[in-house]
Amino acid sequence: MAHAALTTSGAPNRAGRLGKKQTWLERLRKGDEVVHLITLAGAWSILVITALLVQHLWVYSRLARHAFGWHFLFTSTWDPVNGQFGAWPFVYGTVVTSVLALIIAIPIGLGSAIFLAELAPRKISNALTFLIELLAAVPSVIYGLVGIFLMIPFLTAAMPYIQKVLGWLPIFSGTFYGVSYFTASVVLAIMVIPFIVSISREVLLAVPVSQREAMMALGATKWDVTWRAVVPYARQGIMGSIFLALARALGETMAVTMVIGNVPQVSTSLLAPGYTIAAVIANEFTEATGDLYLHALIELGLVLFAVTMIINALARLLMLTMKAHEVTG
Amino acid sequence: MSATYPPLSRKLVNIVMLSLTGLCTLLVVSALLTILVYLLWNGAHALNLNFFIKLPAPVGQSGGGVSNAIVGTLKLLALATVSGVPIGLLGGIYLSEFAGGWSAFTVRYTTDLLNGVPSVVMGIFVYTLVVLPMHHFSTLAGGIALGIMMIPIALRSTEDFLRAVPRSLREGGLALGASKSETIFTIVIPAAIYGILTGIMLDVARVAGETAPLLFTAFGNQFNSPGWLQPTASLPVVIYNYAISPYDEWHQQAWAAGFVLLSGLLVVSILARLVLARGKKMSHG
Amino acid sequence: MKTLMKPFDLSQLSKAHEVRFAEVEGAEEQLPWPQFTVADLNFFYGHHQALKDINLIVPNKRVTAFIGPSGCGKTTLLRTFNRMNEIIPGTRVEGSIRLGDKDLFSFPATTLRRVVGMVFQKPSPFPKSIFDNVAYGLRLDNTLRRNEIADKVEQSLRRAALWEEVKDILHQSANGISGGQQQRLCIARALAVDPEVLLLDEPCSALDPISTAKIEDLLFEIKNQCTIVIVTHNMLQAARVADYVGFFLTGQLVEFNRAKQIFQNPERQETQDYITGRFG
Repeated sequence: MAHAALTTSGAPNRAGRLGKKQTWLERLRKGDEVVHLITLAGAWSILVITALLVQHLWVYSRLARHAFGWHFLFTSTWDPVNGQFGAWPFVYGTVVTSVLALIIAIPIGLGSAIFLAELAPRKISNALTFLIELLAAVPSVIYGLVGIFLMIPFLTAAMPYIQKVLGWLPIFSGTFYGVSYFTASVVLAIMVIPFIVSISREVLLAVPVSQREAMMALGATKWDVTWRAVVPYARQGIMGSIFLALARALGETMAVTMVIGNVPQVSTSLLAPGYTIAAVIANEFTEATGDLYLHALIELGLVLFAVTMIINALARLLMLTMKAHEVTG
Repeated sequence: MSATYPPLSRKLVNIVMLSLTGLCTLLVVSALLTILVYLLWNGAHALNLNFFIKLPAPVGQSGGGVSNAIVGTLKLLALATVSGVPIGLLGGIYLSEFAGGWSAFTVRYTTDLLNGVPSVVMGIFVYTLVVLPMHHFSTLAGGIALGIMMIPIALRSTEDFLRAVPRSLREGGLALGASKSETIFTIVIPAAIYGILTGIMLDVARVAGETAPLLFTAFGNQFNSPGWLQPTASLPVVIYNYAISPYDEWHQQAWAAGFVLLSGLLVVSILARLVLARGKKMSHG
Repeated sequence: MKTLMKPFDLSQLSKAHEVRFAEVEGAEEQLPWPQFTVADLNFFYGHHQALKDINLIVPNKRVTAFIGPSGCGKTTLLRTFNRMNEIIPGTRVEGSIRLGDKDLFSFPATTLRRVVGMVFQKPSPFPKSIFDNVAYGLRLDNTLRRNEIADKVEQSLRRAALWEEVKDILHQSANGISGGQQQRLCIARALAVDPEVLLLDEPCSALDPISTAKIEDLLFEIKNQCTIVIVTHNMLQAARVADYVGFFLTGQLVEFNRAKQIFQNPERQETQDYITGRFG
């Protein structure tokens, strides 16, 4: 009788509730394993897509890779009619416009980030940051539209004055037609500034108060504190934001295509029209006649992919070390 | 001595540099406002009813519209959402609820990688994947291109919002005898649903303006595109083609299209934020 | 490590409760049967051992309180009773726990958790309506009809002394009621599936004194219906609600006895020190 009471508190139907140990198959039927497997399939299909992407870029560029090897990147003749493909003007244009865009965007972006993180009252800062992040949501093609009809007339009007001062420099020599490396760089700069501002502001805000107080206790001015304590502390995050901006600038297509002039040449002057990798793909891809031509364009895509992947990886690495730094520091 | 510290020159540097940072902010914000106002001004002037209901007029004639591009963009976005979002959702659930160790790291890293792929490269990929085997451009190809571009953001925002669900809710479900999957589907996901929806809406807004991947997948079309297997016009491509054309009527159409596209994006973004706010209100009583 | 307490020799485990409770005051009272019989239990978080050689019998249909300083293992033991620790990766259990006469680890955790319910420290209502919160566990079974569920919800809310306060707002969000009401809602939610055991992990630590009093009253109400195990930091609470008290220190069970005995005449110095507030 005593032992009957041991079957927990009585109700006979309990026995049914306390069944046997669960096997894998039972858990499968119960749903946990099914859900696990389905979500795993979803997650891994991303790996499959990415692998396919790399494989397709590789396979569909093979004719150009076999025909030109590494010379592809460093020769300047782009002659579809005679099957000669050298990508140097595009590589040059891509590098020049991206670097110039960063030269314009870094001081302005970092300056704004410092203002928003260190000086502006939090409410105003949040509102302005929201506006600036909105700038990042504007599609590239709309930047191109505004670039053509607003930026080009504006720069054309302003260029005589710029050239009066800087015209002796080779990079500002020659006639300005509106479409140019310079125009593309300005548009790119406006497009990447939001990235720099929004990420840099966040890492600046994350700098611990102790870092500031240590400097302030020494009698430093606000600027001293910011420039010598806060910014150095956040430098990895800021570098990360700059790398992200660079990757974005290198791969940017529509806005650049619309304002760079699309001339496959290499010019010292920034005021001359040029071409970029992304722009030539956008312009010529659907018109590419012949497999070699198509493969040459896809090889350009492969190059662009590889370079942006490396820069993105660097950016992410910097952000990661920044996070580790925050935890330990 | 301490009374005069810091020295005057340092004070001057302080003031000048701080003013410069303010100037930078002013410059950025005014650039933004200029772009928005200029676009809205030009666009609003070029808009009329025909724009929404008519097909493009031949060169030299005024009065046409881009109804085919509006429909095309909506179809492309629907297809993109259907093809991309489920993978992002599943992946997000996997990362937040099941994954650990190398599998989670690989998926997360690859997702970031995919997110960084230049959009024009995505266009090439889908061209070789869909257009070459089918031998022609199509809404299907364009939708798939945009869909793949939606995956990373859908995944990461789903993961983030699921992770934000407090552990106490999961434990509450498990403690009542719910299995892990029951807890996920009846408690965790419902608790995060407004956030997840917000993420998807912002994701749609983000790819709605993508142009480069559509150039060699959806291509373009002067007419309506029946079904899913024909080339189709879309607003971003129309803006591009009209903007670089030499015709003033087409420039007007480009402005109007830009206006419609950007207003659409802004409306969706604001709606998304409202959805999130509603979600917050729901969960805080 | 030598265990501090060996009240139940393993060889006598089947008779342990008789041995134990016959010694103490009130032995003529009908003997409570063991709800949980814990033997040589060790628990690890990775390499950290959180519970060491626990031997214990938790009596049926009584309120048992686990007390002790933070990190003493009392919550870990509580969470072992419905296997909630299993959801934390890297944990490991050694030893045996019997629920009644059955091995706790022999049936699915989901089934076990419907028999052994749990209420957590922080009120954790689901972001659903009050009604849906209580009905949650019932709907998992998928065997009850709508009106049966509604009846059960009302009955559970009454048992948790919450019905009068929420009967008009059943379909409003559970996040809108006060913290004390939320905690009683969580108790109602746990009671709705008719558990044999209710585990409470410091259920009042986030609540004001009035809400605490309501929950303590409620525990008196339901203790003849199910076994209650409560972890608490609050000695007075343990003294008020518990029939039996276990005192834990650094992962070991120092002393287990009737509450009266523990608070008036503890056998061990550590217990004496703790309940008089000399440490912990």
